[in-house]
Amino acid sequence: MTRTRATALAVFVVLAVIPFLEVPLPGLFDRPLNRPGTLQLLALCLTFAGVALSYNLLFGYTGLLSFGHALYFATGVYVADIAISRWHWSLGAAIALTAAAGVVLPLVLGAVSLRVGGIAFAMVTLAFAQAGSILVYKNPGGLTGGEEGLGLSAAGLPDFLVGVANTPYLYWIALAYLAVTFAAGWWAIGSRPGRVWQAIRENERRVEVMGFWPYAFKVLVFTFSGFLATAGGFVYLLLVGGASPEVTTANLSLALLLMVVLGGAGTLWGPALGGAVYEYLDYRLVKLSSSSAIGGLPGPLRAPLSEPLFVLGVLFILLVLFFPGGIAGVAGRLRRRRLGRAALPPTTVDAGDPVQA
Amino acid sequence: MAVATKTLLEVAGLHVHLGESHILQGLDFAVPEGGVTALLGRNGAGKTTTIKAILGLAGRSGSIRFDGQDLVTMKTHAIVQLGIGYVPEDREVFAGLTVAENLKLAERDAEPRYELVYQVFPELKQRAAQRAGSLSGGQQQMLALGRALLNRNRLVLVDEPTKGLSPLMVASATEALARVAEASTVLLVEQNLQVARHLAQGVVVLDQGRVVHAGEVAGLLADDALARRYLAVGVEGGH
Amino acid sequence: MRVLNFAHGTFLTVGAYASWSIATALPGLSETARFAVAVGGCLLVGAVVAAAVEIGLIRPLYNRHVEQVLVTVGFALALTALVQGSYGADPKPYPSPARTQGVVSLAGATIPSSRLLAIAVAVAVFLAIAAFLRFTRWGLIVRAGVENRPMVSALGIDVQRAFTLVFAIGGLAAALGGALGAVYFGNVAPDRGTQTLIYAFIVVVIGGLGSFTGSALAALAVGLLQQFANYYSSVYLHFSAAGDLAVVLLLATVLLIRPQGLLGKGT
Repeated sequence: MTRTRATALAVFVVLAVIPFLEVPLPGLFDRPLNRPGTLQLLALCLTFAGVALSYNLLFGYTGLLSFGHALYFATGVYVADIAISRWHWSLGAAIALTAAAGVVLPLVLGAVSLRVGGIAFAMVTLAFAQAGSILVYKNPGGLTGGEEGLGLSAAGLPDFLVGVANTPYLYWIALAYLAVTFAAGWWAIGSRPGRVWQAIRENERRVEVMGFWPYAFKVLVFTFSGFLATAGGFVYLLLVGGASPEVTTANLSLALLLMVVLGGAGTLWGPALGGAVYEYLDYRLVKLSSSSAIGGLPGPLRAPLSEPLFVLGVLFILLVLFFPGGIAGVAGRLRRRRLGRAALPPTTVDAGDPVQA
Repeated sequence: MAVATKTLLEVAGLHVHLGESHILQGLDFAVPEGGVTALLGRNGAGKTTTIKAILGLAGRSGSIRFDGQDLVTMKTHAIVQLGIGYVPEDREVFAGLTVAENLKLAERDAEPRYELVYQVFPELKQRAAQRAGSLSGGQQQMLALGRALLNRNRLVLVDEPTKGLSPLMVASATEALARVAEASTVLLVEQNLQVARHLAQGVVVLDQGRVVHAGEVAGLLADDALARRYLAVGVEGGH
Repeated sequence: MRVLNFAHGTFLTVGAYASWSIATALPGLSETARFAVAVGGCLLVGAVVAAAVEIGLIRPLYNRHVEQVLVTVGFALALTALVQGSYGADPKPYPSPARTQGVVSLAGATIPSSRLLAIAVAVAVFLAIAAFLRFTRWGLIVRAGVENRPMVSALGIDVQRAFTLVFAIGGLAAALGGALGAVYFGNVAPDRGTQTLIYAFIVVVIGGLGSFTGSALAALAVGLLQQFANYYSSVYLHFSAAGDLAVVLLLATVLLIRPQGLLGKGT
């Protein structure tokens, strides 16, 4: 445990000094590490690492498959943006309002949607998120800017958050967000409610028999992870300098799910890494798809490969079918092999129909 | 003493793992063609798992030969189509379907023996249009046995048919089993020693996932110590 | 069947584009014949794609519901992107037969015939699927299989094949919906499938999971509510999202009062 903590600390220290490194990484980034463009991409990766981590508390640790996590992320983006840019509130007041919304909204919607479980829960969370998305797109009272989005007004912000030259500060804010989310997640899953969440994932009935009320714990994790996602949305708003309605769509919820599965659900660092890798790939695949390497391919090959979502979708299917543990699963397998221990005795039982003993 | 008969089902080195636990640890036993073989043992000895493993409802390794054919690599529906009937432990009738639909679903032969089913269980005919979920436990057991009677099976696997039944129903179920056994070989899991002794000739006793005794029923019943040790009841207590 | 299939909306998109491709590739035929061939072709494509998804993606993950959701999500993403890459992101005008573009007078009201066509086909599909489930042996197997799949196979029935068939029928119905939607909207668009799927989910939850009649009733209720709310709110409030929000509100209300849905059985 202490070694894990030391590793985590070391990683964060390395990440924190990146804005001071004028190191070119050709192939990975177009420009040296400390340039604003690269820092911005890295900061987005860190932000989505945190958001994926928050989603993983719900999906990976409690086994709740929500398709509406984007709604809480979008709450952070839009509520703060509207308060600052439309109502001209101070940054502090906007943060307070966003934080309140980040608690109340997931609390209320979680309380309703957790009345059902499993597949119905997935559908219902999707429906709620869709309602939020429709609301943003329809631009009620000219608040959200509809399809155009809503630029963040710089007037209400302190100077160090504005302008390309200040990208390192934004980067550190994103890193701080990830660090806080990581620490909060670590603390939460080790706490008593955190152990109940994991017990719910394994067997909800048994949790009930033990005298707990699973519903309350599920609402708690829903609210907690929703709040962390809202905070991520706020950081994203600062980074990108505005709100666009794409962050409200089901595509973002699905992307979060992809990130978690890519990294390995049910571990703390896996989904964070998955979030960062996904965001990076998403960005690079868009570049790649418009690059000459793809443009030169014959038509039947070019059409699919020029669509980043196609590549991601296929990647995702392969991942689920062949690497169910994601990056964390593969890493675990490698570590076991290195330790020379046979990776679990080969099961003579393949997962056939479920059978009671 | 006993005439050597043909072996219908031969189980060798049968292992079943469920999660971390090793439920069956290398079973070896044989079921001769004709008559009833009882599979006995305490709760948790692995009786139900053995039945499910034969049917492919539990992942298994080892060898299960039915009339010379290896079942281990076959899928459940194909195994059943060889002529194996199944009466599961908790009846497992389809609650949302009517009695008639439950029987219809179980039809496998070109000429299903409805007369026989209705002769043994006239109640099933009267309740044909009733949903199986609204039947009493005893009636559901009739339906489960009726499904097995419907087809001309070579082997019928029956898992605790008298569990939770009233004494009257136990008698009726025993009679039905006797009818099943007239035409098919039966492998019977049974807690009620009275029923087992009434119906069975051969016996296989399991304990903690292993076969600890195999032979004739008479032999087991003569050995009070053996019965006490593995069945949690003395033979006298079984009366 | 308890498979949450996110690819289902994709079947709709595939159906719509298949019928579009066929219809535009057959300039020689008469309008009606062309439409008939296009619809027939899209049914076939929908059924084949759906069966392929069931065999290739869902069956290997039997009883692992979350993973099933994940692969179908991946499939939906990939296929929608593929359609977008091959046909372009913008809607394409659909060559509907002229007859479906007229209006019909019915009891004093003027109704576009594309609406009537959609209603007639929807009712026909409902009755056909209900009859299939109620009266055929396959339907019997499906109803029993939803309840207790291992026991159906223990009766000597190849349950997998029956479930592939159900998927194919679902794909066929979705593809038909896609073609009808194309006639209704007058065009085909790559993201319509996903949009429709969310409504389908809402409808199914309100109606009660596993209740076929419940779904049909809920679809009717949801559609009416949405249209009325849209109409009155845009006339009186100059706000056009009320219909969609009312639907979600209805969903929340149903869940609070009756979590298992209108006609769903208790858990």
